[in-house]
Amino acid sequence: MIRKATLLTASALSLMAGLASADVRIASVAELSGAGAAAGAVWHDGIKMAVEEINAAGGILGEQIDLVEYDSQTDPQNSRAMVQKAIDEEAFVLMGTVYSSSTVVNMLVAMQNGVPQITGSESPTITAKGNPYIFRTAFGAQKGLPKLGSYIKDDLGASKVAVIWANTEFGKGGHDAFENVAASNGIEIVSDIPTEQAQVDFAADVAKLKSSGAEAVFAYMTEEESARFLIEAEKQGLGLPIVGDTVIASQKVIDLAGSAANGVSSHVGLTAEAPIPAIREMAAKFEAKYGYGADHNAIKGYLGAYTVKYVTEAVGSFDRQAFADKMHGLCLDAATHPGILMDACWDDTGELSRESFLVQVVDGKQQITKTLPAN
Amino acid sequence: MKRAHLILALIGIAVLILAPIGQKNYIIYVLCSWLMFSIAAMGLNLTLGYAGQVSLAQASFIGIGAYITSLLTLAGYHWVFGWLAAMGATFVIGLLLGYPALRVQHHFLAFVTLAFNTIVFLVLRNEEEITGGSFGLVGMPRPEFFGIKTMPQLNFYYFVLVLFVISAFVFWWIVHSPWGRAFKALRENPIRAESLGVDTRRITLLAFAIGSAFGGGAGAIMAPLVQFIEPGSFALIHSLKILLMVVVGGAGFFYGPMLGAAVVIILPEFLRFTEGYYLIIYAFLVIVLMVYSPSGLIGLGSKLMARFRPKQEVRKDMAKGAQL
Amino acid sequence: MAEFIQILISGLSAGSIYALAAVGFTLLWQASQTINFAQGEFVMLPAFFVLALTVKLGLPLPLAIILAIFLSVLLLGAVFKKLVVEPMIQHGTLPLVIATIALGLLLKEGVKEFYSPLGQPFPSLFPQDVLSVFGAAVSIPDIANFVIAMGTIIGLQLFLARTRTGRCMQATAQNPDVAQILGVDIKKMVLYTFLINGALAAIASVLITPIYLAKFSNGEVLGLVAFIAAIVGGFNQIRGALVGGLLIGVIDNLSAGYVSAEYRQAVPMLLLIFVILVRPQGLLGTSEGRAV
Repeated sequence: MIRKATLLTASALSLMAGLASADVRIASVAELSGAGAAAGAVWHDGIKMAVEEINAAGGILGEQIDLVEYDSQTDPQNSRAMVQKAIDEEAFVLMGTVYSSSTVVNMLVAMQNGVPQITGSESPTITAKGNPYIFRTAFGAQKGLPKLGSYIKDDLGASKVAVIWANTEFGKGGHDAFENVAASNGIEIVSDIPTEQAQVDFAADVAKLKSSGAEAVFAYMTEEESARFLIEAEKQGLGLPIVGDTVIASQKVIDLAGSAANGVSSHVGLTAEAPIPAIREMAAKFEAKYGYGADHNAIKGYLGAYTVKYVTEAVGSFDRQAFADKMHGLCLDAATHPGILMDACWDDTGELSRESFLVQVVDGKQQITKTLPAN
Repeated sequence: MKRAHLILALIGIAVLILAPIGQKNYIIYVLCSWLMFSIAAMGLNLTLGYAGQVSLAQASFIGIGAYITSLLTLAGYHWVFGWLAAMGATFVIGLLLGYPALRVQHHFLAFVTLAFNTIVFLVLRNEEEITGGSFGLVGMPRPEFFGIKTMPQLNFYYFVLVLFVISAFVFWWIVHSPWGRAFKALRENPIRAESLGVDTRRITLLAFAIGSAFGGGAGAIMAPLVQFIEPGSFALIHSLKILLMVVVGGAGFFYGPMLGAAVVIILPEFLRFTEGYYLIIYAFLVIVLMVYSPSGLIGLGSKLMARFRPKQEVRKDMAKGAQL
Repeated sequence: MAEFIQILISGLSAGSIYALAAVGFTLLWQASQTINFAQGEFVMLPAFFVLALTVKLGLPLPLAIILAIFLSVLLLGAVFKKLVVEPMIQHGTLPLVIATIALGLLLKEGVKEFYSPLGQPFPSLFPQDVLSVFGAAVSIPDIANFVIAMGTIIGLQLFLARTRTGRCMQATAQNPDVAQILGVDIKKMVLYTFLINGALAAIASVLITPIYLAKFSNGEVLGLVAFIAAIVGGFNQIRGALVGGLLIGVIDNLSAGYVSAEYRQAVPMLLLIFVILVRPQGLLGTSEGRAV
């Protein structure tokens, strides 16, 4: 039995591996199923759209891109296996994963094999590990949150803040980054409330926030949980300014929470609402193509694919090591590299710098209140 | 009969030795992963297929084993100590957990283990100073034996294979020992077994504890295999996945869990062309299998074989199915 | 004080929904020894029937809800019994447990692939007004959920105790062989139980989804909670499931508020282990027989 199964697998796998062609292969390793499918599938669609555009315009250095997708199933172990597989199948560059819990695992494999990896993850830990092959498409929470710290301190005038966060790898990263920001801004964290993944009942948490004496609330959770929290906060009449990062002011949360989302302010790295024609144009094209709106993950995937094109062309050949070396300390400006959408620079850890935005939800719409400089 | 079994096992081992040669890293990694889950599923098979108890905590035992091994190897101890500590700890926890649960009605072990799995997940996530919390532990070294490094994927495969063969042999030995015969008596007729002087509760408890220790042993392999562990890999859903492996393969059959693990780990590869639908197809196939052959794929196989070979032994206990 | 009352009331409101799911759970167990691991998905799914009917087909909400309940009774009741439970029941509980785990996966993945992987807003049946009760905010939906859930369970209890069909169902649950000898059509009675479970799941779904938001993964937590509530309360008693549901709702909220937010999920689990060790038949369960 074992023998049969093994032989069958082996032959099936080698069959799939044998599909190589002369084009340049880019592997998209993403959360196409499982809990992260909402993020990963959108990221993948963003990549797909960019790759089609690039191929229609002649490819990279005259080679067509062969985009191959690998499903991590939102499972870190499986994502590791998929990265291994993509490398076995001679991917030139890896795109993915979006979930930080997967990226921290599979980036080890990419590093061991010297394959550049463009990730959509925003957890601070990723660029702090000294991996010379990892590059971001959106800066980590440790870069985004300081921009928010001065907003809380100066614009809201709040010195006592309550933090409510998802007790996962994602939420914990944001929570820890915010703790640092609070400390350096002299903000006191008066209440620190971890919540569960997929939590549905926020009654006790909001009741605690209410009696915490905080002057503002920093909320760092995923989409549905953010919406449920906002609904409960409205119900209990929390009455405190709620601030967050990217997710809480996203269109998805606004759709889910309805009027409860009004008044929420947030720092946003990338948004389809950004006052930048290239992003608006990309978002409109995306919506027309896929039938749903582009979010920050779609934009990350899109500009990530273009990053591969621009960096490779700057190198002049398909050389993985040269690609990684070139990208450290590289700046791409949107004027000469339109696919990058906004000017962006990478430092020697693969961390990204870019302008970002401060938004507020007004009447169920995200409104840009400020454009924040790159840091 | 016995010689036929031996030959079959030897052929199996030979195939396993040859399987990874010339294969790429990814396939070798998948094979390692399959062998590891087979060990965990083998343990659950002892609990479920032989002692008739449902454990919904096998993933948490893998987790306990993986964390113990990780912490010890990261602290500089050789992997072997981690392995022994992992198996020992999970055996003792199995005893402590099973003793009170089996004191009451028989299906309560399922409920207690379900609660236990959730609690283990929370402890692993919350006790950050020891376990690394939701960030997990990363960078566990792969062990070295007599100067041979297991860092290359192929070497690591043979290392896992050796452990797999040891585990399978231990399993075989347990099942054929006097204990094992007691299991068999217990499974086929608990009341008669008891009246013949088999201490049902003690035997069941031992089966559960040994089965848990197999889980711990699998965890000790997972740590250096993946070189990263985090609490989410040991959540309840993964215990259900291992339960599915055992039952889909065929609970109570020696090769059942290995086949079941192969199906769970390798099936997604075959169903790749269906893109997002493969879990739907998998779930559907499991339901159909349970309707047609509650004793799993091996049961299905022998059912089909029985048509051609009417002398095939029909297992009385499996005709009725295991009881929760 | 206001905080405590707030937490208590919210707990009762959540608990009443857990009770609905748990009651269905115990009914199936009594009637057919089915441990339904897909119960959470049974509560997740009807909300998507409603969404499909209102959003995709443009039906008015009340009509969509009635149709969704009907669909649930048909699919989660009759079809589930006919295609999944009936062929497997003679093989003992284990294959059925595995099959319901797989069924849960099938429903979850099906909704994700064919409807949406993203959470969806769900219309509320009631106005969103909030009342102040001893300083605690209580919304009309909270009160309505509690009243409807309790009313449904009490109605069910009366049906089982006072009507001829109900008593036949009880007899079937207690002793199918004797019931059959006494001329009860036990097959029909078991079918009724499955139909009732389908309806209960649909009611719970419509009540809870405006708060939970419709998402394919909603059943994971709900199913587990219903399962624990049923065991804690007493697997063989409707009122046990009721008490278990309310208790878990309140304890979950209280432990999040006063014990530890990080370990809130552990508290119901510890309660479960404690109950099994001290009173394995459940708080209100009877140790022998399977009385409704």
